Amino acid sequence: MSEEIILDIKDLRTSFFTEDVEVKAVDGVSFKLPKGKTIGIVGESGSGKSITALSILRLLEHPGKIVGGEINFKDKDLTKASDREIRDIRGNEISMIFQEPMTSLNPVYTVGQQIRETLKVHQGLGKEQGTKKGVELLELVGIPSPKKRITQYPHELSGGMRQRVMIAMALACNPELLIADEPTTALDVTIQAQILEIINDLQDRFDMSVIMITHDMGVVAETCDYVAVMYGGKVVEYADVKTIFKEPKHPYTVGLLNSIPRHDVDVDELEPIRGNVPSPNDMPKGCRFAPRCPFATDLCYEELPSLDKVSDDNQVRCWIYSERWDGDPEVKVNGPERTS
Amino acid sequence: MAQKELLKVNHLKQYFPIKGGFFGRTVNHVKAVDDVSFEIYEGETLSVVGESGCGKSTTGRAILRLDDPTEGTIEFDGEDLLSLSKREMRNRRKDIQVIFQDPYASLNPRQTVAKILTEAMEIQNVVPKNKRRERAIELLETVGLNAEQIDRYPHEFSGGQRQRVGIARALAVEPKLIVCDEAVSALDVSVQAQVLNLLKKLQREFNLTFLFIAHDLGVVRHISDRVAVMYLGKVVEIADKKSLFENPQHPYTKALLSAIPTPDPENKKERIVLKGDVPSPIDPPTGCRFHTRCPFATDLCKQDIPELRNLDHMEEGHRAACHHIEKIVSGDMKPNY
Amino acid sequence: MFQFIVRRLLQLIPVLLGVTILVFSLMHLSPGNPAHIIAGESAPKDTVEQIEERLGLNDPILVQYGNFLKDVVTLDFGNSWRTSLPVSEELWPKFWVTFELSVYSTIFSIFLGLIAGIISAVRQYSVADVSIMLVALFGLSMPNFWLGLMLMQWFSINLGWLPATGWGSAEQIVLPVITLGTMGAAVIARMTRSSMLDVVTQDYIRTARAKGLSERLVIYKHALKNALIPVVTVVGLQFGSLLAGAVLTESVFAINGMGKLIVDRILARDFPTVQAAVLVIAVIFVLVNLLVDISYKFLNKRIDLD
Repeated sequence: MSEEIILDIKDLRTSFFTEDVEVKAVDGVSFKLPKGKTIGIVGESGSGKSITALSILRLLEHPGKIVGGEINFKDKDLTKASDREIRDIRGNEISMIFQEPMTSLNPVYTVGQQIRETLKVHQGLGKEQGTKKGVELLELVGIPSPKKRITQYPHELSGGMRQRVMIAMALACNPELLIADEPTTALDVTIQAQILEIINDLQDRFDMSVIMITHDMGVVAETCDYVAVMYGGKVVEYADVKTIFKEPKHPYTVGLLNSIPRHDVDVDELEPIRGNVPSPNDMPKGCRFAPRCPFATDLCYEELPSLDKVSDDNQVRCWIYSERWDGDPEVKVNGPERTS
Repeated sequence: MAQKELLKVNHLKQYFPIKGGFFGRTVNHVKAVDDVSFEIYEGETLSVVGESGCGKSTTGRAILRLDDPTEGTIEFDGEDLLSLSKREMRNRRKDIQVIFQDPYASLNPRQTVAKILTEAMEIQNVVPKNKRRERAIELLETVGLNAEQIDRYPHEFSGGQRQRVGIARALAVEPKLIVCDEAVSALDVSVQAQVLNLLKKLQREFNLTFLFIAHDLGVVRHISDRVAVMYLGKVVEIADKKSLFENPQHPYTKALLSAIPTPDPENKKERIVLKGDVPSPIDPPTGCRFHTRCPFATDLCKQDIPELRNLDHMEEGHRAACHHIEKIVSGDMKPNY
Repeated sequence: MFQFIVRRLLQLIPVLLGVTILVFSLMHLSPGNPAHIIAGESAPKDTVEQIEERLGLNDPILVQYGNFLKDVVTLDFGNSWRTSLPVSEELWPKFWVTFELSVYSTIFSIFLGLIAGIISAVRQYSVADVSIMLVALFGLSMPNFWLGLMLMQWFSINLGWLPATGWGSAEQIVLPVITLGTMGAAVIARMTRSSMLDVVTQDYIRTARAKGLSERLVIYKHALKNALIPVVTVVGLQFGSLLAGAVLTESVFAINGMGKLIVDRILARDFPTVQAAVLVIAVIFVLVNLLVDISYKFLNKRIDLD
């Protein structure tokens, strides 16, 4: 079965330029997103996951710049689109919601003014029609008494409500792709559950594709179809969600899964990854993960492995799975053996 | 095992006044903590969990006497901390230390690690002057840092390492109780696991007692012996870790546990999604504070404040504050979503 | 809102009371006997004593202050010791001249300052930004009487485009307004720039861009309204220093305004006129800042004035 690919990112490179130094925040990221599916981009701070998301809509702030690669959205390369074209896509065909609902809405305009604005820019709706559609949207995301809420200012709403408003605003023009950058990280867990449910529900209803940027493997397991694990500006493993959790191949993915304290199982001792997350302006030369990897050999420190298919389900960027592997041939990268 | 109570909190209340009106008089109160009691046994970890605004951090601050509570007593080693004078309390601080969430903000950026650690020892005068640097090096090694790092400044460390420095500072005065206020929340998962393991190791080595304030229930399950769940200024359930996670009694605890996304895509569980937001602690709901969001709420819940109680089917020490535990367990009451 | 205004007006009372004490004591502490000045250098002793008696200068100081307060409350400031005309009659026409000068200068400052500040912020580090900030620094550090003299030299004397003195016609207004308004424009430009630069990094600006808004809408609708909040404070304070700056500007351009009046009458020890003039300025200053606070409410919905 051939699926329709809505987004095809090839070798995306985004750098920040400061005082003659180029910091490669995103360093050759590629993935494909089929229509109606959700891909999770997982990683820790500095992995480049958020910069990848911002690059897609070209929302990078100075001194960030896309320096190479393609972002193909329905046959159009967004890296080459004009400012005008990208503005027509933003908030219309591709929408984005952000981590901080408390600061993502403009404090001096009402909820209604902010929603209407999107509808006016992309659909030319006037005030009356805009308000009507706005109320419908607020209802859609489960905001009680939407007619009252639409006249309120952001500070009159709770964090969860504000994130719902952000979602309503993002959905205003029925986007084909929603980019959610840590949409629930700043929210309490019971509110997180509400927001994830809304996103899932609306995705099904509108056949929307979603890019879910997160650091939380739990959120990935609950919402995603595919997962790209990022480390040091690169995708180190790409697979469907079941494979990632059941048969993770990259030592970093495995380490990440073993580090998570679970609320549903007892674990005596966590198996953390040693060392610290590398800083983007001081990346190791070979495999970015080598200094923290329990299996690293000289080859890992010297040369960067490529992202290769190791089974029908996984693509992994690791020397262990290549013919050139010079370490223990019997090495076994063990995933978590936990049952609930 | 009969254990010694190290800390006993009795009917703690912390109301913060809201000023307003013509002459800035007190028009209302934020009832941040409203009649909370619990005890911590020597050598154990008691976690206090809950969502923002539940009063867990305020409880921690009261124990450290960073705020002055409105009512209640806090007995530490049999002595009421709230009746101590400022000077007596300063001496007591040696026994009760704190580790904060933000390792960036809680260390003085102009002091080297050596200075940070020796200053802590100096204030409490626990180590003779000529031994302090030696002791500081020892502490660094205890928390997994190198002796060479002792003359560095906080900004030269990563987030996880800085939190280790914070832990070393707390250990410097050989405390009995450490209050960990969201101590690992700001850390990346891979580093968070290191710090959690370190805390466990230190607890074993030095027979430390932890009051662990957190919102992440995964972390709480990993680190705790017992857990208290708070909602809007009240403890709604308190129990041994295993009993609480595997046999939660209060509808709020159940919802909280079910709301956490599980990192296991093949085990998608039934989820209880609570309606609405947490109400304001300025004017909290009458009766059971959870009744506005509870799927089992009845008129009784709107009127009477439920007490923490232990029932036959619950393990010893497991107590929950809900009027309808029996009926919910027997299945006589059905949730009304 | 109404309650807030009433409360603020009530708060005016202690402020103005303080001002009366300050003005009164400054005038009475300064050396020089008014009676001597009124009577003239060579006046006989009894004339001076008579005048002192008539003006109540022999009364205990508290009684004198009490009388002054009574004048303030009844809004009748008596007659000038210098001209014997009622103070209010003398004051009002001059007050209007100064008020006009201040208002025009404020408008000039706001207009120029905002535009320059926005251009600077939007094109941070560009040639335009650097030049604007250089000019602003210059404007800030230049004493305004000197600027006034320089403008007069170029535009009135060398080029002959504009009149050098007086107040009233459109041509006469230009140079004094530029003289008085330049410093304010510089302050506002710098404030607007830093406030804008702060605002454009906020999350909601990224949200506005993510919605597909044009850069024009993002800057002028979403950023500017937020950036104005601190600028408004500066405008209010600036208005106060404008009233003070008016004294010098009026002297340079020989404008017959309140500034000039105050200077003349201080020298003449004309207590009633000086006290009334300073009080009027204080009231205006407080009222302008009340206006500033009210405009906050419209700019920033998070502020709860009550």
